[in-house]
Amino acid sequence: MTGGLLAAASVIVLAACEADQPRTADEAASPETRQTAEAYPSAYRTMDGPTTVIINASILTGAGEEIPGGMLVMENGRIAAVGEEVDIPDEAIIIDAEGRWVTPGLIDSHSHLGVMSPPSTPAHMDVNENVDPNTAQVWAEHSVWPQDPGFDRARAGGVTSLLVLPGSANLFGGRTVALRNVPGATTVQQMKFPGAPYGLKMACGENPKLRYGSRGRSPATRMGNVAGYRRAWIDAENYRANGGRRDLALETLAGVLDGNLLVQNHCYRADEMAVMVDVGREFGYRTTAFHHAVEAYKIAPLLREEDICVATWAGRWGFKMEANDAIEENAAMLHAAGVCVSIHSDDPRIIQRLNVEASVALSAGRRAGLEISDAEAISWITSNSARIMGINDVTGSLEPGKIADVVLWSDNPFSIYALADMVFMDGAAVYDRADPATHSHSDFASDPQGGQE
Amino acid sequence: MRPVRSACAAAGIAAFLASAAHAQPVAITDARIFTMGPQGEIASGTIMFDEDGVIAVGDAVDIPSDARVIDGRGGIVTPGLIAADTSLGVREINSARQTLDDRSRADGISAAFDVSYGINPASHAIPVARLGGVTRAVVSPAYDDSAEDRGLLFAGQAALIALSDREEPPFRRVSMTLALDERAAERAGGSRGAAHTLLRTQLGAIRAGTGGVETGLSVQDLQALVPVLDGEQPLVISVSRASDILQVISLAEELGLEVILNGAEEGWMVAERIAAAGIPVIVNPTANLPSRFEMLNATFGNAATLGAAGVPIAIVGNDNAHRVREMRYNAGMAVARGLPYEAALAALTVNPATMFGVDDRLGSLEPGKLADIVLWSGDPLEPASQPQAIFISGRQQPLTSRALELRDRYMPLICETASWAD
Repeated sequence: MTGGLLAAASVIVLAACEADQPRTADEAASPETRQTAEAYPSAYRTMDGPTTVIINASILTGAGEEIPGGMLVMENGRIAAVGEEVDIPDEAIIIDAEGRWVTPGLIDSHSHLGVMSPPSTPAHMDVNENVDPNTAQVWAEHSVWPQDPGFDRARAGGVTSLLVLPGSANLFGGRTVALRNVPGATTVQQMKFPGAPYGLKMACGENPKLRYGSRGRSPATRMGNVAGYRRAWIDAENYRANGGRRDLALETLAGVLDGNLLVQNHCYRADEMAVMVDVGREFGYRTTAFHHAVEAYKIAPLLREEDICVATWAGRWGFKMEANDAIEENAAMLHAAGVCVSIHSDDPRIIQRLNVEASVALSAGRRAGLEISDAEAISWITSNSARIMGINDVTGSLEPGKIADVVLWSDNPFSIYALADMVFMDGAAVYDRADPATHSHSDFASDPQGGQE
Repeated sequence: MRPVRSACAAAGIAAFLASAAHAQPVAITDARIFTMGPQGEIASGTIMFDEDGVIAVGDAVDIPSDARVIDGRGGIVTPGLIAADTSLGVREINSARQTLDDRSRADGISAAFDVSYGINPASHAIPVARLGGVTRAVVSPAYDDSAEDRGLLFAGQAALIALSDREEPPFRRVSMTLALDERAAERAGGSRGAAHTLLRTQLGAIRAGTGGVETGLSVQDLQALVPVLDGEQPLVISVSRASDILQVISLAEELGLEVILNGAEEGWMVAERIAAAGIPVIVNPTANLPSRFEMLNATFGNAATLGAAGVPIAIVGNDNAHRVREMRYNAGMAVARGLPYEAALAALTVNPATMFGVDDRLGSLEPGKLADIVLWSGDPLEPASQPQAIFISGRQQPLTSRALELRDRYMPLICETASWAD
């Protein structure tokens, strides 16, 4: 069922991110590298919403276009048509946007929802297996608590898909998992994005070296970090060449060397990112994205040459030494230089307002004289995020054939006053601000003010 | 094809910077002025001021010939924003302990701790906050819990500073800082009951004049609490849970204290009680998750519900130093969720000024008040808007920061990369 989902998808070249295409499920080499694997398979069920047409909308497609007074057709869970004037199917539900704005469902390329859930208590800290600098054997999905109230709040903010990663305490933190933000899910399997590739979380800098150095073991320095990566990749090369007893950590690392897992590398400083590019060259893997990457603007040419994306914030800085040179303009400068950029949250509040975080980044860019349109900038929280997750062939933009994940906004999504009026997944309205019955609340969460966020 | 970049074409960005003689008055014309004072909103007017204060504001102001005139070009003028709870000037890098002067482990110095002596006006965080239109900030002490056996109640006394490029003496000891939340309970031995018992015992003994021995307080801590007990210094109390808020209301009534609630994520549940007690609240509207057990009912509607009940609120940013500038966005998001626009602006300006007792000098644009003024390119609550000119005590501030210098240092590299063929 899920293979069909991927096979039906058209392959899209994104204007902002012209890059090599992600592998499709059919090309995936080993069954353990896709979320449709025989072990731990996705149990996601497509919602198959009714045929729905939104008319009179300002549409930001996520593929670089803005369509004023546009129309969008959702049919059989897919985008059927988008444009200024398209055919309306018989018996479709018509929604008059009356000039309101439409974007793809937002995608967060870096979240810890479900693995460090509120309320904060040691019992809920399932994000860092911080007992060893290499825990490539753990999988984030085996920590995910679907009752984390943050999922519902994020959906009310327009988030339809997200990447959940292990934490950054270790050099190798474990496997990432791409999730659909399904209302009312009780198991992680129901949320797993079918066919999405797995990723490997790696971390540079202060977090691993301070964590283990203070315990009197390596890594205690940045050079110790790099030695740790290299030792592990050497082991993975041997495992790949010689096999041996099944080893979950080496299986994941070998999956990276086979090109089947995406490397998601937490790395703040420019100099460290450049070293990590060299590590990748030594062992023949490519980094998909540097995460946080607050100094990426200092090495824009390298990132463009290497075709590495950046997932970052606009406003966070100064919380630690390696975040001291973070600037609001990072995303806009990288975008202008031709680097693929995503605005991520890494935070249960920011994920509820990715549009605002993107707006702050956009405004800072414009203040600096970088002329970036709304139509381009929306890619930071839609198509570029999908690219980082390896799912941009099926989601992230409003193009025929893609999954009908759509947000109808009360206003231009870059306005501080914009609210998600309606959120669609697979063409089904999973959130309607005006209808409290659609406001999903996890088993844990109370419903504070009759459905208000 | 990459977009045309004026950033790569021309040097610098047009700004309203100009030097002015000390006494020369400045007039900003053709601006929509939110005075936040008795004159309300002026649809299109002029504000004239100098380093002594606001001279005149209105739709028709006589401008003397020696005045420097800034054409507001239809932009918006507001009072400078006032951040109600920050560590600006006493915190540089969170993880670098030696840059944190907002806390103390010293024995016998809790209530007596005066944060103002440690303030560094050259902090890199100050210009960053200022570029968000913030001209004044309450600098509050924090707790240092690194000494586990420390059962302190009070964090110490806050100062209110100008975020100016020129030395300006702070307003000292504007408030006393106290937490009575989960973490405070832990400091007091693990329970709220112990914290309240200790607090009431200490304050009661001081009130009764029974001196230091019975209170367990040092002489300096005891002396520092006298203005609080006299109702002269507001006591800022951090609590989240509705029941804790009600305990604070009882405490304030019993002892006749001037209290400001900080946090109050469940305040909306007891909004009428807070309003009836005349207690103002410092809120972050975006704190809408059950992040701790004491805020299971947190909601984005908190600010609007408190405001509607008549509680004066101040809206703050998303941390105490580096993200202070986000306070205007938090106010804007509260507006989208029901807080009236004027109430949101008040929560950034006149309300915090009133809470901390400086509304005779700050918080609104009225003749005689200090000229803390921001000219915005548009709606100050929108990220798309940026300050075009910032004045603190009438002195124009540079629109620069270390972060902007980094931006400009690397912009040529960006322009060069952008010019590559696709």
